[in-house]
Amino acid sequence: MKKKVVSVLLSTAMLATMLAGCGSKAAAPAGGDAPASEAGADASAEAETGASEAAAPAAAPAANAGEGKVYYLNFKPEADEQWQKLAADYTAETGVPVTVVTAASGEYETTLQSEIAKSEAPTMFQVNGPVGLNNWVDYCYDLSDAEITKGLTSEDYALKDADGVTRGVAYVIESYGIITNKKLLEEAGYSVDKIQSFDDLKKAAEDITARKDELGFSAFASTGMDSSSDWRFKTHLANLPIYFEYQADGINSTEAIKGTYLDNYKNIFDLYINNSTCEPKELSAKTADDARNEFLDGKAVFYQNGSWEYSSLAEKFSDDELAMLPIYIGVGDEANQGLCTGTENYWCVNSEASEEDIAATLAFMNWCVTSEEGTKTMAEDMGFTIPFKTAEASPNVFVKQDADNTAAGKKPVSWNFTTMPSEEWKNTLGSALTAYAAGTGSWDDVKTAFVDNWATEYSLANE
Amino acid sequence: MEKSVRKYWPVFLLPTLIAFTIGFLWPFIWGIYLSFCKFNTVNKVKFVGISNYTRVFSDSTFVHAFWFTALFTLASTVLINVIAFLIAVLLTRGIKGTNIFRTIFFMPNLIGGIVLGYIWQILLDGLLSNWGLPLLALNEKAGFTGLLILMGWQQIGYMMIIYIAGLQNVSPDLIEAAEIDGATPWQILTKIKIPMVMPSVTICTFLTLTNSFKLFDQNLSLTGGEPAKKSQMLALNIYDTFYARSGGQWKGIGQAKAVVFFLLVVVIALIQLRATRTKEVQA
Repeated sequence: MKKKVVSVLLSTAMLATMLAGCGSKAAAPAGGDAPASEAGADASAEAETGASEAAAPAAAPAANAGEGKVYYLNFKPEADEQWQKLAADYTAETGVPVTVVTAASGEYETTLQSEIAKSEAPTMFQVNGPVGLNNWVDYCYDLSDAEITKGLTSEDYALKDADGVTRGVAYVIESYGIITNKKLLEEAGYSVDKIQSFDDLKKAAEDITARKDELGFSAFASTGMDSSSDWRFKTHLANLPIYFEYQADGINSTEAIKGTYLDNYKNIFDLYINNSTCEPKELSAKTADDARNEFLDGKAVFYQNGSWEYSSLAEKFSDDELAMLPIYIGVGDEANQGLCTGTENYWCVNSEASEEDIAATLAFMNWCVTSEEGTKTMAEDMGFTIPFKTAEASPNVFVKQDADNTAAGKKPVSWNFTTMPSEEWKNTLGSALTAYAAGTGSWDDVKTAFVDNWATEYSLANE
Repeated sequence: MEKSVRKYWPVFLLPTLIAFTIGFLWPFIWGIYLSFCKFNTVNKVKFVGISNYTRVFSDSTFVHAFWFTALFTLASTVLINVIAFLIAVLLTRGIKGTNIFRTIFFMPNLIGGIVLGYIWQILLDGLLSNWGLPLLALNEKAGFTGLLILMGWQQIGYMMIIYIAGLQNVSPDLIEAAEIDGATPWQILTKIKIPMVMPSVTICTFLTLTNSFKLFDQNLSLTGGEPAKKSQMLALNIYDTFYARSGGQWKGIGQAKAVVFFLLVVVIALIQLRATRTKEVQA
């Protein structure tokens, strides 16, 4: 008898697991006539894969059940909250369910890869430029005739594939440079207007370092080479020698970089690491938060980063206290050099999605950049400058400064790091820079990582 | 009973079989097929033959990762098992506070690998910077030692518990008989206790060997493969190939690496099991 009870129990347990397994599967199609519940199930699945939780539209009216839906895989964690709100508002206004899922910082490609293979794939995602598009071109819907493409302020902001077909549209224009704490700079006896070249910058930085103890602050915030922060140098700073080389050679991309301006790259990097809040040896462990906090605490005058930092800096500083200097490396017409302005954020529409979903996604994209609420949210809450004719002015002080610079005839430095051959190239350069900063590696290793590895990676990525 | 088993076997077997097929067998076969393909996502794949495999063996980072992993596995297996066994012997002698010690040694095992990696990174970086040495991200040797310390700290307690269980199962009669025959404590340890706990040794070496060989999260969080992939182990190398590079061919190469990796783990584990099994005794 006892044995029988046990065997019954065991088989019940087994059956239960089996039924549970089938149960969750059966639940999905059952929710087919109510999109909201499907989106909800989807969102909880996202949470498991490490992406941050999405707020699925709470209740979509049953009347729209037959229409498409939007699933946006967002790249910018700092704007997650605003996207969730915008999505909810859009749903409230039109009844189209919009799910926004934000990939964890640095995990976008990974998340996209696993998401797009699912049956409920993102209908709207982003690529970072020509190299990224190369990877995803099979999934990018032709946007040549889309409403949103026509609204762009410049043809340059449309991302085209090798055949000249528009596959992506830029949705935010950003600037980066050397963020400066004006008050501290004046305390040290300098002013933003007087720094017009690499030599000026070097003089000011080295003078501040010499009087570090007396002043109580350093010139540069830590040049952190931890993975949360190293992109500021292996990607953004590395853009400058690439930009000037492209300018000199009159090209837009290359299969083999020559490294003409690598000495200038070395000079600016040396200036950063030798006039910093910490010893160069400690940089490998310094994070993005470390550098930001040093700047916020008034321990450093300069901090290389971009306009996206504005919201976190504005909590502490007033607009008058902040300025952004161009990154001078001692090449070209420095008096007329502007900030590094460009984009690595292009929206794409998933061509594999159903027609209704594609239509819904195109409508949503267009609404974001044309409607009053959409443009206002993007400009004010997210702090974006969007390259569309209908854009609202952004209150971001760095963005305004970029506009002023351009108006004054300064030439912005374009973003050429989108042509870097691969992530691997950047990582190798990052490792070499870290080792150089700490003294365990030489500048020759950096050169190899920059020049030789470019050709290697380019051929690997394009075979 | 016999009859009902014959009658109802599908009820017992099928659920597990189905789960096994869905959760393991099918993905496994699909995974092997993918290693012969070029693909970006698993929906669009293109068969390319064995070219992925030739690329695996010409990849110097993979070969380096293999030797690094092999060396690490050897060092950590020996270190963890020797220390765990010694502690187990000490803690089966009835010292005061035995239970507290056992609990404390076991505790680190309850913390996840990623968290441990980051904690030890801060600790070790602090130490290295105090000594004026290059930090973990710049220092292959420190990375290796750090991983050993971390894994030892985490795994010794777990293995200790298994050894304690083994040692407690050694019949006191045998030990008493040996003592009456005039065996020294050393002889009792080597001639009685160790042969008697060989099943535990089999389990523990198997666990440490495969755990070390497949190590991923501790590697990712402690060193991240830095400097320049020199402290990268096989699992991280595969992950890196799969995700850090653009271009469809890399996914296939990563997949091929994973298949090679699987074969390596199986072969090593089988050799080890056979080797320790033959040392087991019945009493």
